[in-house]
Amino acid sequence: MLASIFKFFTSLKLTVVCLCMSLVVVFFGTMAQDPLGLYIAQERFFHSFFIDWASLKAAIEKTLQMVDVYVAAPTTGADVLAAPRIPVFPGGYLLGSILLINLIVTHYSRFKFSWPKAGIFLTHIGIVLLLVGQLFTDVFSSESSMRLSVGESRNYAEDFRKNELVLIDGSSAEHDVTTSIPQSRLRKGAVIEHASLPFKLRVLEYWGNADFTGESKPGYTKVDADKGFGPKIFVKGLPPVTAMDGRDMPGIVLEAFTDSGSLGRWFSAVGFSPRQVIEAGGKEYQVALRIKRYYTPYSLTLVEARHDKYKGTEIPRNFSSVVRVKNSESGEDREVKIFMNNPLRYQGKTYYQYQMAADEMMLRQGERPTSTFQVVENPSWLAPYLACVIVGLGLLYQFGLHLKKFFVRKAKA
Amino acid sequence: MKKHWPWILTALFVFEVLFALRPRVDKDGAFHTGAFGRLPVLLGGRQQPLDSVARNNLLIIRGTATVPLEGNAADGSWGAWEDIADKGGLTERKWYQFSKRPKKLKSIEWLLEVFARPDDADGRYIFRIHHPELLGELELEDKGVDRAGLRYYAFAQLSPHLGHVESEARTISGVDNERRTPYQKAVMDLFRGLQLYIKLKNSVRPQMFVDDTAHIFSPPNAALSGDAEAHQHADGQYSYQEIAPMIPKIREQAMSVPRDDEAQQSAYGSFLGRVRAYEGLKAVWRDEWRTDYTAELRDFEAVLKPGFEAVTKQQSGQEFDRTAFERVVSFGERYVHMANLAHPMMIPPADSTKPVEDWANVGKALMDSIREGSIPSPVMRYAEMMTAYARKDVEGFNKAVTVYSGELKQRLPDSVRKGGEEYAFNQFSAFKRAMMIYLAGLILTLFFWLRMSENLRRAGMQLVVLALVVHTVGLIWRMYLERRPPVTNLYSSAIFVGWGAAVLGVILERIHRNGIGTVTAAGIGYITLIIAHHLSMDGDTMEMMRAVLDTNFWLATHVTIITLGYAATFLAGFLGIVYIVRGLLTPSLNNETARSLAGMVYGIVCFATLFSFVGTVLGGLWADWSWGRFWGWDPKENGALMIVIWNAIILHLKWGGMIRERGLMNCAVIGNIVTAFSWFGVNMLGIGLHSYGFMDAAFRWLAIFSLTQLALVALGTVPLQYWFSVKRGILSPPGYKPAAS
Repeated sequence: MLASIFKFFTSLKLTVVCLCMSLVVVFFGTMAQDPLGLYIAQERFFHSFFIDWASLKAAIEKTLQMVDVYVAAPTTGADVLAAPRIPVFPGGYLLGSILLINLIVTHYSRFKFSWPKAGIFLTHIGIVLLLVGQLFTDVFSSESSMRLSVGESRNYAEDFRKNELVLIDGSSAEHDVTTSIPQSRLRKGAVIEHASLPFKLRVLEYWGNADFTGESKPGYTKVDADKGFGPKIFVKGLPPVTAMDGRDMPGIVLEAFTDSGSLGRWFSAVGFSPRQVIEAGGKEYQVALRIKRYYTPYSLTLVEARHDKYKGTEIPRNFSSVVRVKNSESGEDREVKIFMNNPLRYQGKTYYQYQMAADEMMLRQGERPTSTFQVVENPSWLAPYLACVIVGLGLLYQFGLHLKKFFVRKAKA
Repeated sequence: MKKHWPWILTALFVFEVLFALRPRVDKDGAFHTGAFGRLPVLLGGRQQPLDSVARNNLLIIRGTATVPLEGNAADGSWGAWEDIADKGGLTERKWYQFSKRPKKLKSIEWLLEVFARPDDADGRYIFRIHHPELLGELELEDKGVDRAGLRYYAFAQLSPHLGHVESEARTISGVDNERRTPYQKAVMDLFRGLQLYIKLKNSVRPQMFVDDTAHIFSPPNAALSGDAEAHQHADGQYSYQEIAPMIPKIREQAMSVPRDDEAQQSAYGSFLGRVRAYEGLKAVWRDEWRTDYTAELRDFEAVLKPGFEAVTKQQSGQEFDRTAFERVVSFGERYVHMANLAHPMMIPPADSTKPVEDWANVGKALMDSIREGSIPSPVMRYAEMMTAYARKDVEGFNKAVTVYSGELKQRLPDSVRKGGEEYAFNQFSAFKRAMMIYLAGLILTLFFWLRMSENLRRAGMQLVVLALVVHTVGLIWRMYLERRPPVTNLYSSAIFVGWGAAVLGVILERIHRNGIGTVTAAGIGYITLIIAHHLSMDGDTMEMMRAVLDTNFWLATHVTIITLGYAATFLAGFLGIVYIVRGLLTPSLNNETARSLAGMVYGIVCFATLFSFVGTVLGGLWADWSWGRFWGWDPKENGALMIVIWNAIILHLKWGGMIRERGLMNCAVIGNIVTAFSWFGVNMLGIGLHSYGFMDAAFRWLAIFSLTQLALVALGTVPLQYWFSVKRGILSPPGYKPAAS
């Protein structure tokens, strides 16, 4: 039994079958990006063990459309999220894992090191490093963004997709005490308690994506809240956003209560800015649902944002931002220019020029230009660099050997 | 002699190439269009010679680099279009009419005509329409010039429909490019061509002339309805004579148009604006201007000083000279209109220390001269050229060109040198030349396979080497002009894929000497250069790099290496096709050739694996360097990954003994599909960070290509006993045991 499993995993046929299947996954995962958006396509095809039928259907439909076959009602991102996940094909994680096991077991059991095979060995080591490095990146790296308008300072970056519920106790003169509750805990009916809070919270209503307004409009219902600004708000649940640079804007209705009874019901939502407080235990707790923040011990201030175009065209010539880095710990205070292909690397984080709103039109209308940075922290960033060199050398060595053999044979003939 | 003919043939071709490289000198007694074509202007953010402006724009509008002036009428008579136009059923030269050599306008001559003799230019058949519905709608079915199903029309035929096309286009522009129907795409193409043409026309000279009988006004429809006096024109265009009596009434109506009715507001606004400009022009107009642009500018120069004074005084609320004021304002309106429309910026900065931002179009330069008090000399020089060209005054034109290039050489030596270099590059047209020589080499070598004469093989190979040299010269010349690595856009990737495959093919031929390397080198070189030619119709092929791509380091490493990976994968696929076609359909594939083919495919697949892997990972490193992520499953990244995976599959199949000679060939052919998809297919999805080379409608061609490749694989799997070469007993692939007979 064990021997046959072992044999299965060392088979070269397995390698070939898995590679062929990955080809299929990559192809459909690419096609699916138009109907589903990059994020869902990535989750369902590459970052999953099995591909579900709805996603695959969307990819197949897109392929048919590309060759001018009419598809009546193409599957959308929202359809895929709503559909049950019926696994129909192995996904990226499964194929990657099998290939990795296949590679390691085969080398361990069969492979005797010899110089003529050193190239193959090296190549495979490099590929293992690449795959493992990517796995590490998936797990340990974080991507967030920082949007600044000229003159504005920030000491935090915001997550691209995640949100948080925060309760801020501003009673201390030195610093605020913030209690953050991750989005994953916010489900209708959930009860949240935390040692730093003198009350508990109950989630009465939660919309994964919502729009709200101050006046009654068709499709919008009145928020069932009695404290803060909630009572004046009308809200409407929306389908999840699937576009690559779009994001969900969740909304929530919360009840705060203690053992002695309810303190009231509050509404909040991402993008809902007025300050609302819960009073309890003689303190004020500011409550807000907001984009998840990552704080840094230093701050960035946007000094200048430029979007240059080539004369007489709409072709962007350059996007560049000048920022002031201020670090009270190290006493640093300097200006840095960030532009395309030239990020700022600072304390393990890298700031890339990501988006820019500094059009001439905007400037003429007197709006302040804004610049958005992508903030990346990736401890395993070096792995692909190394892997590239190792695989490159391995292939070069192996194919060089073949070439040499070929010429020797040719010379003899 | 018999032995030496390959050398003689090659020498002839070399001579032709060298002849094409000679410096071009304009003939005495003819218009010096060459010198005119070398003049530098700014377009698309870069300095380029007028010759490039002419070529690229004619390619965009007409799809050809020249404009034929003669052809066939329906009754079979041959002549200039304007002479046979009334006979109808015009067609261009048919492919079998070898004796007919129609006169043609070179692109630069066409551009000069557009600038200086708009009436002639309006009669040229340059607008391509082939959508039957659109032709029906514009009632053009039996007009225009036909060439193999494509129909060409003149601006004069289309101008009555301008308004209609424009309003259609405005509606369509709201529709996503991918969702547009073929009809909508045809309308947009036509609209873009017309717009471009109008812009070019307004680049040197204003196009409004005083002629009260010319139908140049299109009053708002609402203004005409119910007016019994107005003679209704189907095309909505009226002469000044016709509308003059209605103007006061229309002005009154315009006052009562509701503020929120934007369509009506703009219809009335643009009509009355045009009337005002026309009436202003009438006040200063002299009939001489029609043919004498210089005279117009002299008159303008005369009003500059008093006019500017009057304007300044008027603005500060002082007494001012009303006549001078009105005159200068009339001129100003005329030139503002031109400044808004103009395409290339023709007027250079004062000297070479000024930034490239100081280039201006003629209209803008004329506007600026109101403040400056004098007209810049380049404007006057262009005016002299246009006046002379309009009057067919050869001497005057040549003198103006010579004087202006002399002045420029003093002021902007670098721009002049660049203009000359790019002009010479255009004249040599290395890639077109290489394409033809590849074709000649391909044909000779295919004959070698039929006749097996060593001379044919040698001749073919020599020609392909020559083609490769020309190809290389073009590639390096282009790199020098752009100051960039070889691949900067989809167009140049096609050129480089062909180059890489041709180099590898020539190396294979040196090793094996059996014609196979030559055929594949010539075949891929020829096909990729044709693809490049079609891609060049989108416009300027040396456009400026967008900010993200503006880095020579990564362009030189990642892009170059991955493109060589594409080239190698195609080469392997092409070799596979040679194996299948020769083995199955001809009795010419013997064991020796088959073994050498297998060796070649295996070697090339190894090369392709190395280059596509390293190229793909370098792409990831670039992304990591500039966006902070190594891999993002972007379509272009996935396409590259698919090539790597496919090559890895082939190698593992081979090493595991799961495929042998024939399987290797079939797999290599499938590699063509994978590579074509990742090269072009992902650009057609129109998503992702790499959609810089976005193309539409071509996906169907990709699908057709894929089907042909699958058909070849199907042929490749036909049982061996049916293969022609096997039946002849010259081919027995490894592992094949013929049935005992």
